[in-house]
Formats: sequence, C-alpha cells, structure tokens
Amino acid sequence: MTAVALNSWDMTRRWVLALWRQPWYVGVTLFQPVVWLLLFGALFKNVVQIPGFEGTSYKDFLAPGVVIMSAVFSAGWNGMGTIEDLDRGVMDRFLVAPVSRAPLIIGPLAQSAIVITIQSVIIVGLALAIGASFPGGVPGVIALIACAVLLGAATAAVSNAIALTARQEETLIGATNFLILPLTFLSGCFMQLSLAPGWIQTVGDYNPVNWAVAAGREAVSANADWAFVMARVGLLAALAIACVLLATRAFRSYQRSA
Amino acid sequence: MTYAIEAQGLEKTYPPSTKALDGLSLAVSEGTVFGLLGPNGAGKTTAVKVLTTLAHPDAGAARVAGIDVLADPKRVRRAIGVVGQKTGTAPELTGRENLELQGRFHGLRGRRLRPRVDELLERFGLTEAADRSVKTYSGGMVRKLDVAIGLIQQPPVLFLDEPTTGLDPEARAAMWDEIRRLRSEAALTILLTTHYLEEADHLADRLAIVDRGKVVAQGTPDELKAELEGDTVHVELATPQPNGRAHHALESLAQIRELRVADRELHARVENGAAALPAILAALGQAGLDVATATIARPSLDDVYLRYAGRSFAEAERASEPDVTEKGGNR
Repeated sequence: MTAVALNSWDMTRRWVLALWRQPWYVGVTLFQPVVWLLLFGALFKNVVQIPGFEGTSYKDFLAPGVVIMSAVFSAGWNGMGTIEDLDRGVMDRFLVAPVSRAPLIIGPLAQSAIVITIQSVIIVGLALAIGASFPGGVPGVIALIACAVLLGAATAAVSNAIALTARQEETLIGATNFLILPLTFLSGCFMQLSLAPGWIQTVGDYNPVNWAVAAGREAVSANADWAFVMARVGLLAALAIACVLLATRAFRSYQRSA
Repeated sequence: MTYAIEAQGLEKTYPPSTKALDGLSLAVSEGTVFGLLGPNGAGKTTAVKVLTTLAHPDAGAARVAGIDVLADPKRVRRAIGVVGQKTGTAPELTGRENLELQGRFHGLRGRRLRPRVDELLERFGLTEAADRSVKTYSGGMVRKLDVAIGLIQQPPVLFLDEPTTGLDPEARAAMWDEIRRLRSEAALTILLTTHYLEEADHLADRLAIVDRGKVVAQGTPDELKAELEGDTVHVELATPQPNGRAHHALESLAQIRELRVADRELHARVENGAAALPAILAALGQAGLDVATATIARPSLDDVYLRYAGRSFAEAERASEPDVTEKGGNR
C-alpha cells in the first residue's frame, strides 16, 4: 500500500512537471477561463432582466458556471498525455515495471485536479475584481472548487479510458467535443435552467455538469442549503469513483490486446 | 544447466486472425546473450511482450529468472529490464528524472537511488546531458538512456527488442559496443531481438531463427553455419531467365546439393565452390543463359535463414505486411 501511495506521488510529480514544462499550455489553460468570464459576462449581461430570473447580477450567476465549465474543458483533454505515452512506448515500459496500475491513472487525474484548483482560484479572484460577489464566503468557494475537482476527476478518468481504448488523438478530440460541449450547454452554467424549455430541465437533472454547477452555485450563495450541496457532492464523488473504475478496466483491456 | 528464460509452445493470435506466435519455444542459459533473429512480423516482438508480462499468450508457458510469467507477473517485473522497440522515455523529463522515476518503481529511493542513477549516467556517457529534457537528445542518446533505465535495478535478465533499429551507423556501432560490454557481465542474461543478420552474428552467443511465429533453427551462429557444409555459389544472370530454364539446366549436376532460383538469381549449395563453379557456368552456357556475375561464399546467416525458413531474409521482409507492432526498417 505504501508503494502505491509513493508511486502515485511519483507519477503526480511527473505529470505536474510535464505540464509545467509546456508554458504555452499552462498559459492557455489558465487564461482561457478569464476570456469566458469576460465574454459571457458581457454577452448575457441582460439575462437578469428576464422575468423569473433569481438575483440581480449576472456576474454573480456566471462566475460559478465558468469555474465548472473550465474544469470540464481542461479535464476533457487529460487523456492526450496518455495517448502520447502509448505512442512513445512509455506506457508499455510502465506496464512492465513493478508499479501497480493505480498510480498510472492517479498521476494524470492528480495533474487535472491541480490545474482545476489553480484555474478556479484565478477565476474567483478575477470575478471578485470585476465586481462579482460570493456571499457564501470562503467555505462556499471551497465547496465550489471541490465540485469542480470531482467533476474534473470523472471527466479526466473518462478521457483516459477513451485514450486507452481508442489510442488515437483524433478519436479523443472527437469524443471529448461530442460529450463535453452538449453537457456544458445543457447545464445551468450560463442560464437559469428553470427558464429553459422543459426537456432541457429534464436533461439537467441527469447531467453531472449541472449537478456540479447547481451545487457550486448554491454553496457560494447567501444562506446556502448545505444538505442540497452535500447530496450533489456525494453524487459527483460516486460518479468520479465509477469513472476511475472504468479507466482501470480500460487499462486491463489495453493489456489484453497488447 | 539453469535457464534464465524458458518458453514452451507459446501461441498468440491477434484478432481477427493474425497468428503472431505459433508454438514458439526457446531456452536461454544464464549469463548468455541469446539472439532472436527474424524478419519484421516473424513474432519476435510478440514473444518479448509475452516474456515481459505485457501480453498474455493464448497458450503455452514461460519462466523468466525462474519465475512463472503467467502465475506471477509482478515478481517477473522486478527481475527484468526491458528496452522496447519504441523508446519508453518521457520526452518532457530529463534523462536523470527518467532514470529516477523507473528506479522508484523498483523501490529505490534517496540514498540508494542517487548513486545508482549517477553511475548509470556516467557509464552511458550521459552525465553532461543528464539535466536536459530527453526531447533534446539524439536518437543514439535516447537509446543509451533506454538501456540505462533497463539496468536501473541491476536485473538478472535484460530484454533488448531491436535496440539498433532506426539508428545511424555510428550510433549502431556504439550500441554494439555497449551490448558487448554487457555480455561480459557474467550474471546478466540478455535476450536480443534483431532483424539484422550481422547483429545476431556478432553479438549473440546462441540464436534462434524465428519465422511465422515459431523457432525454425537454433544454435550458436557457427553451429548454424556449419550445418550448411560446403559453399554457396551465387550466380546472377544477365537477363531474366525464361521459365525454369536455369533450374532445368542445373538440376542434373551432381555437385549441387540444393538449388534455389528466383528470377535472375541462382543460389546453389555445393561441397566445393571452386570445383563446382566451372561446371555450373558450362551448364548455364549450354542452356543459352548469359551469366553476369558469379561468386562463391562461405555460408552466411542469410543462407541459414534461407535453409530453415524456406525463403530468403529479404523475401520474408517484403512478405511481412506493414504491422503496427513491429516498426519497419531497412536492411
């Protein structure tokens, strides 16, 4: 067990170094959410005037949405590193070394979690700077980031499972866009779902992106309903575990076909 | 005699119906270099994948360093170093970091890890490049780092899967020197796969010729060559021969033990090349065939391959379909 923990740390370190040495990637990953925040903030500013919209500031509404959306987007590409490892022979070399499979999947997920945490802090900071408020305070923001990280872990695990199964960048890019864009736009990231058509609300009930954004937004609101938040966090955690198991299975199927 | 590597009747079929291993068996004595020679697609890489626990065979059994590969893959992984056909180094990490990462997988840390890493960097001439990312390395340097990583925990068994494919001549010569140095380490057993005949001839103590997923001949390079007593006469005709005329002209000659004709090329195995050549040329002349060149040679591994695989090495290379598991290379 200690070996698994130590090797998980080794792999996390490897993936963080890998990221850190791609300054362009780091820059884009951290900068893009800022663009979303400013862009959507300006584009949908008048949404608050729609009758039935709860709240008076779209910035307040949007900030948690951008945190969640950025988490899914960056986590969706997590499998790209795995495909590179497969192409280069790094994965095969890891698989013939005495390291258990867990660290091989925990490494990229931890990298994703770290990116999401930093990204989220930057978004919250910028949102505050442009005048958004988080009445839930620090505990609320921490819960919001936890939602983002859990959703990101689930997304990153699926991304790795696809990478191990398809072993092709093109397929991963296609699958990621196919899954993530609709799930994001059919969630409450930008729009209060109670104002959307009924079928979108129904989709939202089963859409993990919406679980995360609803829970995160509730957590940062004044007088948050913590029972609701914790229930959604529980759902997201269960989903993340299921997705990690799926990724582990993908490892086995990769090895069977080797 | 203890064997460091034993394989018995290994079979593996990739869907839908590519039979990569078709009953491959081999035994490698401790402390020797064993060459697995064959063209692309012969099954060498699949054999290495099975022996290194990466792939599961459909049938058969294998032991590496005395450990059952199928029953106890985890222990096998501790006992082996593997240099695959592809590099296996992470490009964004430095040479040192790559070595350290693999060392940690083997449970080496801190005071036990650092000196070992330094020692290997030194030994492979990578000390200066140690703290540069592998992205900046030349092909030869990456290959050296690969071998260094394979030796990190001082394994008793090292697998080298086509270690020189894709290297320029200079880097290849350096890799050969390195393998010769490893060979002198009594405790280390090396399984080397190659599709270069001369590489197997120079480096391997014993070798097995693999064709279509099984071992077709096995022995020391000299033994294998000695089985082909006599000489090979190689004749190249000036013009492509009409159907079987050369074959017809030569088949009655008593000196010829074995004859192969392909287009303009004739290979004849004879007891005494110098004595047989005039008769061969005369017979071809009578049949109205013009000879462009004629040479006599001692048997090479190419002839051995021809004999046991029933086709020349070059033919086998051409016949092997492009294959994702085995990178194409030029001979």
